[in-house]
Amino acid sequence: MNTLLCVPRTDPAETVEIRVRGRVQGVGFRPTVWRIARKLGLDGDVLNDSEGVLIRLRGAVSAVSALIDELRTSPPPLAEITAIETRGYGGTIEPGFVIVDSVVGAARTEISPDAAMCDACAAEITDPFLSRFRYPFTNCTHCGPRLSIVRAVPYDRATTTMAPFPLCEACGTEYRDPADRRFHAEATACHVCGPKARLIRFDGRALSFEQYSMLDDVDAALGLIQKGEIVAIKALGGYQLACDATRPEAVAMLRERKRRDAKPFALMARDVDVIRRYATVSDEEAAALTSREAPIVLLAADGPEKLPEAIAPGLGTLGFMLPSTPLHLLLLRRMTRPVVMTSGNLSDEPQVIDDAEAAKKLSEIAAYALIHNRDIANRIDDSVVRRMGGKLRVLRRARGYAPASIALPYGFEQAPEILAYGAELKSTFCLVKDGHAVLSQHQGDLEDALTYDDYRNNLGLYRDLFDHRPVALAADLHPEYLSAKLARATAAAENLPLLEIQHHHAHAAACLAENGRTLHAAPVLAIVLDGLGYGSDGAIWGGEFLLADYRRFERLGTFKPVAMPGGAQAVREPWRNLYAQLMAEMGFAALKMNFEDLAVFAALSVKPLATVDAMIKASLNSPKASSCGRLFDAVAAVVELCFDRQAYEGEAAARLEAIVSARTLGEEGDHLAYPLPIPNLKGSGLPYIEPLGMWNAVLGDLILKTPASVISARFHKGLAKSIAAMTLKLARRDEDDAPPRFDTVALSGGCFQNKVVFEQVVGRLEALGFKVLTHSLVPANDGSIAFGQAAIAAAHLIDAGHARQKAS
Amino acid sequence: LAHGGGGKAMKDLIDDVFISAFAGAAPEVLEDQARFDLTMLATHGDRLAFTTDSFVVDPLFFPGGDIGKLAVYGTVNDLAVGGAKPLYLSCAVVIEEGMQVETLRRIALSMAEAVREAGVSIVTGDTKVVQRGACDKIFITTTGIGVIRPGLELGIDHVTPGDAILVNGLLGDHGAAILCARGDMELETSIESDCAALHGLIEVLLAAAPGTRCIRDATRGGVATVLNEIANASGVSIEIDEALTPLREEVRGFCEILGLDPLYLANEGKIVVVVPPEESAAALAALSGHALGQGSSIIGHAVRGEAGRVTMQTVFGGRRIVDMLVGEQLPRIC
Ligand SMILES: [Fe+3]
Ligand SMILES: [Mg+2]
Ligand SMILES: [Zn+2]
Ligand SMILES: [Zn+2]
Repeated sequence: MNTLLCVPRTDPAETVEIRVRGRVQGVGFRPTVWRIARKLGLDGDVLNDSEGVLIRLRGAVSAVSALIDELRTSPPPLAEITAIETRGYGGTIEPGFVIVDSVVGAARTEISPDAAMCDACAAEITDPFLSRFRYPFTNCTHCGPRLSIVRAVPYDRATTTMAPFPLCEACGTEYRDPADRRFHAEATACHVCGPKARLIRFDGRALSFEQYSMLDDVDAALGLIQKGEIVAIKALGGYQLACDATRPEAVAMLRERKRRDAKPFALMARDVDVIRRYATVSDEEAAALTSREAPIVLLAADGPEKLPEAIAPGLGTLGFMLPSTPLHLLLLRRMTRPVVMTSGNLSDEPQVIDDAEAAKKLSEIAAYALIHNRDIANRIDDSVVRRMGGKLRVLRRARGYAPASIALPYGFEQAPEILAYGAELKSTFCLVKDGHAVLSQHQGDLEDALTYDDYRNNLGLYRDLFDHRPVALAADLHPEYLSAKLARATAAAENLPLLEIQHHHAHAAACLAENGRTLHAAPVLAIVLDGLGYGSDGAIWGGEFLLADYRRFERLGTFKPVAMPGGAQAVREPWRNLYAQLMAEMGFAALKMNFEDLAVFAALSVKPLATVDAMIKASLNSPKASSCGRLFDAVAAVVELCFDRQAYEGEAAARLEAIVSARTLGEEGDHLAYPLPIPNLKGSGLPYIEPLGMWNAVLGDLILKTPASVISARFHKGLAKSIAAMTLKLARRDEDDAPPRFDTVALSGGCFQNKVVFEQVVGRLEALGFKVLTHSLVPANDGSIAFGQAAIAAAHLIDAGHARQKAS
Repeated sequence: LAHGGGGKAMKDLIDDVFISAFAGAAPEVLEDQARFDLTMLATHGDRLAFTTDSFVVDPLFFPGGDIGKLAVYGTVNDLAVGGAKPLYLSCAVVIEEGMQVETLRRIALSMAEAVREAGVSIVTGDTKVVQRGACDKIFITTTGIGVIRPGLELGIDHVTPGDAILVNGLLGDHGAAILCARGDMELETSIESDCAALHGLIEVLLAAAPGTRCIRDATRGGVATVLNEIANASGVSIEIDEALTPLREEVRGFCEILGLDPLYLANEGKIVVVVPPEESAAALAALSGHALGQGSSIIGHAVRGEAGRVTMQTVFGGRRIVDMLVGEQLPRIC
């Protein structure tokens, strides 16, 4: 019996047109609609067009709403619906339900991020009786490559790097069958028609017999890794370098050849059980590891077994990920130990995506490479998340996340199209469209020419992919940021208005926006604990207390401005900050008299101190910065962690965090935390965090031979205590019974990637009764500056009456 | 020195210091204007080159030079990089009240010596003494006239992909020497300013590489700024190689300590030369054969690519963007 006949006669029929917006193309949306419509006995059709998916239905009112409900509650895994709009339809509808081919060029909506392999595909490639057994490029509409293979719009096979692989008959049949998981799976492939993986020697010589595996080249690559070799792997968003993580000599060799001193290596393990031997994995962290974003998860390295120190020198964490592509899954299938899976590059360059480049550069590092013949269109790094304060926080947003859109809060629906250019070092950019923000993948340091090329190419690609026509641009206030320079040039060339946005205001707005703070909500206190950013007074800021909403900010408090002798060089060499901090408090004579016996005094004495003194005195390349990050550098230097040079950005602070004594942190009384009082700056009267007392206490502790772990804990605690005190002071108004200036605090800035600082500050502020907003979807570091710029620009443009215009 | 409006003290000053220093170079120097015989000028070429520059420097005397030398060489070089033969200079001096006559004399004598060495003449000039604080010790403005020979067309917009980029020796010496001499940097260095008149060197170069596209003196803003100007004007990209960029060990160390990028340090005796690829060897040989071209090097090439982009292959293997600075070197790190 037909289901239609079961519907009571009283249920009237209707003919409607349903518009679905969001990321609904290339994710198996039409076949899902097709399946539900047929199940519910609805007539009509479904198609992709320039605005998303359009469904026309004729049938019982209850069946139509049942279809909409099901789309809302169980959409295809990779879909992200932003709106479903229903209206009456006057046209005729033929009996039955069909999928209509999209008009070429018309389909132009969101492209989804690359997604980890789904369970169905994983089952297929591990079943010896199925045709895709051990096929390393298996995927379907629910999983597989997306952004990494797109060259242009619209998203279909011809515009991806799968274009050179015409479908075989079997794949074609699946591709055309609406009932199949691979219906219109643009990247589908099999052993017969798809790309092939191949193990090669970079020197071009033949592989010898013992380098072979009975299975295939992917398995043979594992054999080499197990024997202690470094193997280059052409992965999804770039080349990687792999070696057995349990072999110290292999890890050391990789470090040396890669010219990477100390930056931690990412790890990959076959499954969570392997990871648990080395690290504690909570349920939430396990869920993140196995999610379709499949990021690197920073885990506490406190498992029963230890990996070589060289994996993550001086850190208490390990960054693990699980195989997220069929190639990785097959590679690690027999591997019961973790594998280093670091980006394939030299030193600080971006990872290689090009085969010729790999042969040139990576052949110095690895003798073998597991390659394949599908091009990587877009470089995409692995993403990084960390669980802090009971929640997962994205620290680097790239593979698996970009270019997923983020809904902007209530009030931003009418925002016009905006393009925000972001910061400099952890560069991203951000598009505003249809009340949503699209944040690009992390690209890295723009001063690197390859990274800058990526950044520019991606700007073009995203503008195409999202059919984006900005009415205004946004950029940082910094005169020398390459992103801001490009924005200024583009604004001039395209005759667009440019909004220049203060760095820490953007940090604040990013935190507000990702927490859904509405457009017209009252200002909050934004505590931005950051490295350096260009201030609206032309000075360098870095640890700021801003009363901020989306439109404006008022600087209520700061950190002590201290000279950075040598500018950026003072960031690379922490001893400079230490010296400048100490000299700001006491002369060298006083330091010598009281602390001459300390090892750190001896270490400082061999530095060119007279020159540094002269530089500071003449303010020659020694800008004063009210930075929080530099204070961490200085404290790390005083306990002689990272004294001479930081091997990577944030190393000093990360190492300082790693040594924090849990006992001191948890059990010692607050009165032993280092004192950081809050006087007012001469001149401006701005309250600031004054480290003078702290330095005296730290040096005193050093004389008493207090362990560095205790000093670090007392510093973290003292800082958090001072921040809480500052917050309380700023909230209070002069009149006794006046309501506080704010009841909500937003935390942002790179220093909040430090778990101890983060949890200490959040704990103390919540205990004081403040509502605390924190980052989780976007990074606390400069990776979210573009997102914050976009929100601020949108607020200003909405105020200025710049309502959204429909693209013609 | 006391300031005043053209009185006796003033006249004495000019006579005493400048006229005596420049005596013999050009007899007409006391007239209100210098007069030239056009036919004489025309024997040197078919176009006049005309340039002016003001010189302020702290300190006035530094290892390797002083403000007087800078004022002569700077203007001579501005003429020479356009391919002109420098002939005549004017010299206007603004002096802060209270300056020692002895200091002034040293500067004037240094200028006279520089002029002699460069084979040009100072043919007219002016002197003013202003109130204390109205200027900083002494400001010198020189204007120069030279003549360009027929057929020579240098221009920073003439560069095409493939062209070689040369410099005539160690970079950043002047900037480093000035910074060392200024204030007390407490640095034991032997770095001296490279200030020199370069028209002789340029003449040799142009003879060996007649296809030379352009020459620029890498003064304020250093080689980095000149390269950006060339890349912008010619609509090409420029790629240089750190390993080929000549740098004195002391300057490297000095920059390391101060956190400065030597590519942005000023030079007063260094030029950036762009020549077509087939003339690069000849150009390098010509520069290297001259006393002022010791340490010359082909530091990179113009390439097809984004207009105005300058990058440097670093010794660590990466390629870094060398941008035109809007202001001073400011940390971009967060
Ligand atoms: Fe920042
Ligand atoms: Mg440029
Ligand atoms: Zn799948
Ligand atoms: Zn196939």
